[in-house]
Amino acid sequence: MSDSTDAPGSDLHTVVIRFAGDSGDGMQLTGDRFTLSSAVFGNDLASMPDYPAEIRAPAGTMAGVSAFQIHISDHDILTPGDSPNVLVAMNPAALRANVGDADPGSTLIVNLDAFDERSLTKAGYGSNPLTDGSLSAYTVYEVPMTSMTLEAAKPSGAKSRDAERSKNFFALGLLSWMYTRPTDVTLAWIAQRFKSNPMVVEANTLAFKAGWNFGETAELFGAPVHINPTVFKPGTYTNITGNAALAWGLIAAAQLAKLPLFLASYPITPASDILHELSKYKNFGVRTMQAEDEIAAAGAALGAAFGGHLGVTTTSGPGMDLKAETIGLAVSLELPLVIIDVQRAGPSTGLPTKTEQSDLLMAMYGRHGEAPLPIVAAKTPGHCFTAAIEAARLAVKYRTPVILLTDASLANGAEPWRLPQLADLPDISAPFATLPNGITPDGSPEFQPYLRDPATLARPWAVPGTPGLEHRIGGLEKADGTGAISYEPANHELMVRTRAAKVAGIASDIPPVVVDDPSGNADVLLLGWGSTYGSIAAAAERLRRRGKQVAHAHLTHLNPWPSNLGEVVKGYDKVLVPELNLGHLCSMVRAEFLVDARPISKVQGQRFLYSEVEAAVVALTEGT
Amino acid sequence: MTDIDVPLTSKKDWSSDQEVRWCPGCGDYSILTAVQMLMPELGVRRENTVFISGIGCSSRFPYYMNTYGLHGIHGRALPLATGLAVARPDLDVWVVTGDGDGLSIGGNHLIHALRRNVDLTVLLFNNQIYGLTKGQYSPTSELGKVTKSTPFGSVDHPFNPVSLALGAEATFVARTHDLDRKHMMEIIRRAHDHKGAAFVEIYQNCNVFNDGAFEQVTAREARSQMLIPLVHGQPVRFGTDGEKCVTVDRQGRALIAEVADVGEDAILVHDEQRDEPGLAFMLSRLARGPYEPTPVGVFRAVERPDYGSLVSQQMLDAQQRQGPGDLATLLSGGTTWQV
Repeated sequence: MSDSTDAPGSDLHTVVIRFAGDSGDGMQLTGDRFTLSSAVFGNDLASMPDYPAEIRAPAGTMAGVSAFQIHISDHDILTPGDSPNVLVAMNPAALRANVGDADPGSTLIVNLDAFDERSLTKAGYGSNPLTDGSLSAYTVYEVPMTSMTLEAAKPSGAKSRDAERSKNFFALGLLSWMYTRPTDVTLAWIAQRFKSNPMVVEANTLAFKAGWNFGETAELFGAPVHINPTVFKPGTYTNITGNAALAWGLIAAAQLAKLPLFLASYPITPASDILHELSKYKNFGVRTMQAEDEIAAAGAALGAAFGGHLGVTTTSGPGMDLKAETIGLAVSLELPLVIIDVQRAGPSTGLPTKTEQSDLLMAMYGRHGEAPLPIVAAKTPGHCFTAAIEAARLAVKYRTPVILLTDASLANGAEPWRLPQLADLPDISAPFATLPNGITPDGSPEFQPYLRDPATLARPWAVPGTPGLEHRIGGLEKADGTGAISYEPANHELMVRTRAAKVAGIASDIPPVVVDDPSGNADVLLLGWGSTYGSIAAAAERLRRRGKQVAHAHLTHLNPWPSNLGEVVKGYDKVLVPELNLGHLCSMVRAEFLVDARPISKVQGQRFLYSEVEAAVVALTEGT
Repeated sequence: MTDIDVPLTSKKDWSSDQEVRWCPGCGDYSILTAVQMLMPELGVRRENTVFISGIGCSSRFPYYMNTYGLHGIHGRALPLATGLAVARPDLDVWVVTGDGDGLSIGGNHLIHALRRNVDLTVLLFNNQIYGLTKGQYSPTSELGKVTKSTPFGSVDHPFNPVSLALGAEATFVARTHDLDRKHMMEIIRRAHDHKGAAFVEIYQNCNVFNDGAFEQVTAREARSQMLIPLVHGQPVRFGTDGEKCVTVDRQGRALIAEVADVGEDAILVHDEQRDEPGLAFMLSRLARGPYEPTPVGVFRAVERPDYGSLVSQQMLDAQQRQGPGDLATLLSGGTTWQV
């Protein structure tokens, strides 16, 4: 256990547990179940899966290791934790791939049965780490999980090959005992999930109970650990991943906009779950279409938007490359379109399942011509719900494509989320045009598709089916007002500047950025955006505890920025910008405000550890 | 589709106020006239009609129709139209594309729109050349075509658009040409009335970059000998007095023959409704290019549920089964706990 935690048997404030095994071992499921029983118990938590890109890499190899980390606590926590205090390793490869992340003194629980000669070789171990002394810095518990699972599951009648697959429930039972998790939630789930196969229900239940009983009777582990419930804001909570929150946010956004939701997407990791989730909700009037490619997905969503639907397309980096031309068309057509980029590590195929924030400059500038558009970024899994509504609000109100950035860590990460009061959500509807708005030179009424609202600069949205407003729009430059094709030099400049002014004007329609600076006299500002919120906030808290006064500001709107951002960044001696890229926001801030902002970068496909941010801040602010 | 309250209109009502800017003499003019003359006869409303295009000479078409219109980006008319047609099944959605837009950069979308059977009327203007970019060979240009980008002749084997559409599982496939307004109007009317994806290849003359590409079969004096009209349920015959025909030999090959040589009983009877597309495909391969006797008319017209209707039906079924969606119930549908 790390020094911040207490000895077993006492109350513990916080613990980070990582379950690691072969990708066929059910580690994601084990982690999910542990997460849910902790959430129901009332702990604050944050969880993070880490799985390989290969669906089934060769069993027992390092490439096939799948892990799930969960941070549970009795107080408000911000991240899935830095290093695990407890590592559960189901085989040698899982141990080898993960042990480096565990600090000396932490606990390793290994499946002893899996440490045979062959598995050790497959994992690349020259000698057995359980016996060669290389793990002497850790508290190691060797538990023969496979054989105990087989023995326990015998009464179920399951063949040993099938019963062996219940060993993840043995591990779950053991950890549930160690951390006094409620068992009823898990047992009820097993009964429900496998109800079509009573033998599997029986085997899993027996394995789970055997794990629990092993903890209680083996006297290896001392007394179980209590982590008291967190004091949460009152409300109804559920545990939610970013992709699910985003899908639900889109359904909510469509209702708030009083528009049918139309989603067209092409499957891509790590965004596909949004398509999967939304395809379930046809009774909400949600139309989902799996298009033939990324380009068609963007095109179909835009076509639906022309017809008066809330058009949405979801993707990840490589798909963004392909959608760029359609997004440019949406800029020119001035139609609402929500484009969701669940960022992953690039370039090219990169690390498809790993997180990164390296699409910001593409979202900002990745189109030919002058093609500005609003950019919104979600900062936590639950915030994806709110961010989806905000992206839709801007799209509908300003008739513009909006890019919503999340990333792999938000998509798959989960946290307890307080259900919103639906009555508190904003009305984001914007009525369609129904009547002519202009007059022809000969004095008869006509519809001018590019005659703008002077306040928002948004053009009217007249949908097919409306008599008298028939009009043609396209990607060619349009005459101001009438929308007729225009090659006039001065008109083009007017239209370019008007489209830019429309997007820039959104700054007055979004809240100012809030600076977290408890002492009020910090001289260092940590400026972040998106999923780094938790890591940066946790690092700032730790720095303050060390007596270093730092402020933290976190952006949800990346274009345009909140109108007070310039004033904020100019108010600090040092501006440090932690990002999971080589300095995208940092470059933008330097260029716009002429301040000497410095990047704190990480591009390993992994989120920031708060200790990394903390160390970087110390390094960049001391001795200067 | 029939709406008895549709106001009477004339060609003028369907013509927009935009100046038509195709080159003088372009085949596009006659197609535009045919469509504008046809619209008043279709019993549809202007406000419910949408023309969608990609990029290319043909893709300027929507600007000239006094309906809703969307001039998209190169090759992407079909995704835009698919989204609109699925979102709004109440609309009459048309796609105007060309051999470059629809078969080269947008080829993928064409085959998928056809296989899904999206309720669209797709007019593909085939002029066997890139016109808007001033004269490069297209995916329908003949082998050996000398153009600006192929000074030594094209070495690309061309697509046969009708064969391609049939291979893509299209439910309606037809061919017509820009020199016969009556035939164009008849074929486009049938395409419009078809429920599902209707694909019409229109031979269209580009008098600037590929003049006379179809002249050997479409010139008035050549037609009787070079165009083979396909009429459902009728023997496939042509010639000044119907003296020529299409027959199938014992090896299953379609051949052109003299009726006098093979006899009336040997003439192939056209069946556009045959579920199995082999016959239509065989007819599409009869001419190797527009310099041999070429079938025109409807190759295939079969019924299959269209994509948008299936999408709508799934929604209705779900609403009937589960009741209309309730957001509060959705959000609290997983495991929840109170604090």
